Amino acid sequence: MKIELPQVGESVTEGIIGKWLVAVGDKVEKYDPIVEVVTDKVAMELPSPVSGTLREIIALEGETIPMGGIIADIESENEEATPTNAKENQPDLEAHSKPGKEIGTTGILLKDVAPVGPTGSGGIIDSTSSQGDRDIRSRIIYSPAVMRLAEIHDVNLEMVTGTGRNGRVTKKDLQNFIDSEKTPVDSKNVDRDDKKSANTDSVPTENTYPNVLGNNEEKITLSPVRKIIASNMVKSATLIPQAWSLVEVDVNGLVELRNKVKDDFQKREKVNLTYLPFVLKAVSESLKEIPLLNSSWNEDSIILKHQINLGIAVAAPDGLVVPVIENADALSISGLAHKLDDLTTRAREGKLTVSDVQSGTFTVNNTGALGSIASQPLVNYPQAGIITTEAIVKRPVVVNDAIAIRSIMNICLSFDHRIIDGEQASGFNRSVKDRLESINLNTQIY
Amino acid sequence: MTIKTVLEAVHDAMQEEMRRDETVFVMGEDIGARGGVFLATEGFLQEFGENRVIDTPLAESSIAGVALGAAMHGMRPIAEIEFGDFIWPTINQIVGEAAKVRYGTKGKLNAPMVLRAPHGGGVRGALYHSQSVEAFFAHTPGLKVVTPSTPYDAKGLLKSAIRDDDPVIFLEHKRTYRLVRGEVPDDEYTLPIGKADLKREGSDVTIITYGLMLHHCLEAAETVEMDDIDVEVLDLRTVRPLDTDAILATTRKTGKVLIVHEDNKALGIGAEVSAIISENAFEYLDGPVARLAGPEIPAMPFAPPLEDMYMIDSEKIANSIRQLAEY
Repeated sequence: MKIELPQVGESVTEGIIGKWLVAVGDKVEKYDPIVEVVTDKVAMELPSPVSGTLREIIALEGETIPMGGIIADIESENEEATPTNAKENQPDLEAHSKPGKEIGTTGILLKDVAPVGPTGSGGIIDSTSSQGDRDIRSRIIYSPAVMRLAEIHDVNLEMVTGTGRNGRVTKKDLQNFIDSEKTPVDSKNVDRDDKKSANTDSVPTENTYPNVLGNNEEKITLSPVRKIIASNMVKSATLIPQAWSLVEVDVNGLVELRNKVKDDFQKREKVNLTYLPFVLKAVSESLKEIPLLNSSWNEDSIILKHQINLGIAVAAPDGLVVPVIENADALSISGLAHKLDDLTTRAREGKLTVSDVQSGTFTVNNTGALGSIASQPLVNYPQAGIITTEAIVKRPVVVNDAIAIRSIMNICLSFDHRIIDGEQASGFNRSVKDRLESINLNTQIY
Repeated sequence: MTIKTVLEAVHDAMQEEMRRDETVFVMGEDIGARGGVFLATEGFLQEFGENRVIDTPLAESSIAGVALGAAMHGMRPIAEIEFGDFIWPTINQIVGEAAKVRYGTKGKLNAPMVLRAPHGGGVRGALYHSQSVEAFFAHTPGLKVVTPSTPYDAKGLLKSAIRDDDPVIFLEHKRTYRLVRGEVPDDEYTLPIGKADLKREGSDVTIITYGLMLHHCLEAAETVEMDDIDVEVLDLRTVRPLDTDAILATTRKTGKVLIVHEDNKALGIGAEVSAIISENAFEYLDGPVARLAGPEIPAMPFAPPLEDMYMIDSEKIANSIRQLAEY
């Protein structure tokens, strides 16, 4: 039985195959985890849909597979062993492994190329294949021009980053790759110091970093999670023009309240009462007051989100994850504390599901837990804003013209400057600040 | 060099050829006393007299037939069909007879005639004054079909058509007549039929086009410069015979080809160009050969917004270039 990568979330289109937890020939029970899969939302273990023996692993560790793509073949207990080649159903993968000869003629493969591009003044793109199909095909079918060039220059096309539709490698991509490869090869014999000085005026990019490692250098292969974090950060940094603002918050009242109630709370509720639920409460109330912060940029419009779903940045063992508290504005401080405890625990154990991490509309990052007193976060694409809560420190401040020692916390807001002007951003910061500063011993936490 | 319109270029080419060669004469509806419905033959009757400037009855089949007969007997007629839309009655004389004269007589006879016709849309001409007719004639071996886009090309190519020893269909786009101006040499010159002309050099995407569309393509090429797309534009100038060498050279250079024509897409000139490319330059392709052409609608709509929808413009072309460049 062919095992497909299941659809795990509405906006998820592909997953990166992580570690295989079973080997070919292993027996698996139905629901046993067989492989780790990382999507742009979450990492998870994929349970086996049947009991049987793993016949073949089709998608290898590190490969990106569209939802619905075949990843393995399991001989189910009810199924007669049939010596079929599982790969037969994936002509595209087949083609991928043998660039050159097979595809060099017209016919089948050309027909398989999803019709794209200008097809008349009506601009209708007629295609019966699903989006997933198209993605995988365009990912691994190279144009004749690209294959010809690759053969001439003896290039392994898997090394080339594609900028074409769905990551297709265009002729231009390959030409750029060939040009960039030439430079380090030519300068191989050049003395190291000379090379350094020669390189100072050219800006190094991912693709042009020399393949040759220095004596004191080590190459760390990217984990699937690291890859996804990297791509999300690049999206944020390149697609969103961001601005940043910081305000200082006097949280003396908050500190007093928490100190007073935290032990009782722990006893009764069995979860810690940190400062974060108070911040989440204040942020969701302020989002209600200034709804524009709870939105997404949409090229020619702004999509305003009526639901307040707060993403919480959590440092998990593999890297950053951002589980979401849906309808955060409807929860009390206590409710938020419970929800937070559940999400962070599961995040650290790697047990989040896709539904835990999707549909966030605004993000809160408690950088103060790490001791930071100011940070400039990157907006969690495609949201409009992210706020950090920094470490609470005691500082001498002026209160009623006298010097007093107070607990002070900075909050930092990064925002999509296309949607939000400084006025709304400052208004939002002020709103959060006012709410946090108004907390005192009488504030209700239930 | 003098700045001329396409119409002036056509007028001058015929006038010069009639002065040069006594066997050249013009015939057609309204071309004499009226000087032609677009004034392409203005002043001809006065200069050359009614034996060489013949007003004909409203009967296209006989215009073509008379011209063919004269051509087979040593004359070089330039027959004008007032609008390309009314060229259909000539099909029997042109496709059925003129195209086959040299072949059918083992070269004993030939038919050095030119059939001129203004054609094309975008002039609020509706069903009967907007048609594109090139594909019907271009299918026929034995004919040459010329579709110039600039005054320089129109004059040089029309002179070559008149001097050609076999039938030439010369299709002038109505909208270029007064809209397109360009430099034309004052000295005598001709341009070879069957040679395309690279109107713009580029490296990312090639557009292959002809006629009025050339100008929209050049406009679009400039627009997408802002998207960092470097567009090459090849003007076919002649749609039969096609300049295969030029088509393949530009394909090998850019690897991505967009064919643009006003005529509808199915079985049009673009289909032939596309086939030539995939038969001969498959290994050089970096994307599907794309076509942007008129819709599959029986005729040009009368309502202006619908005509605008029908016509290819530079915006549609720019979008198609972007799609192909991105592929």
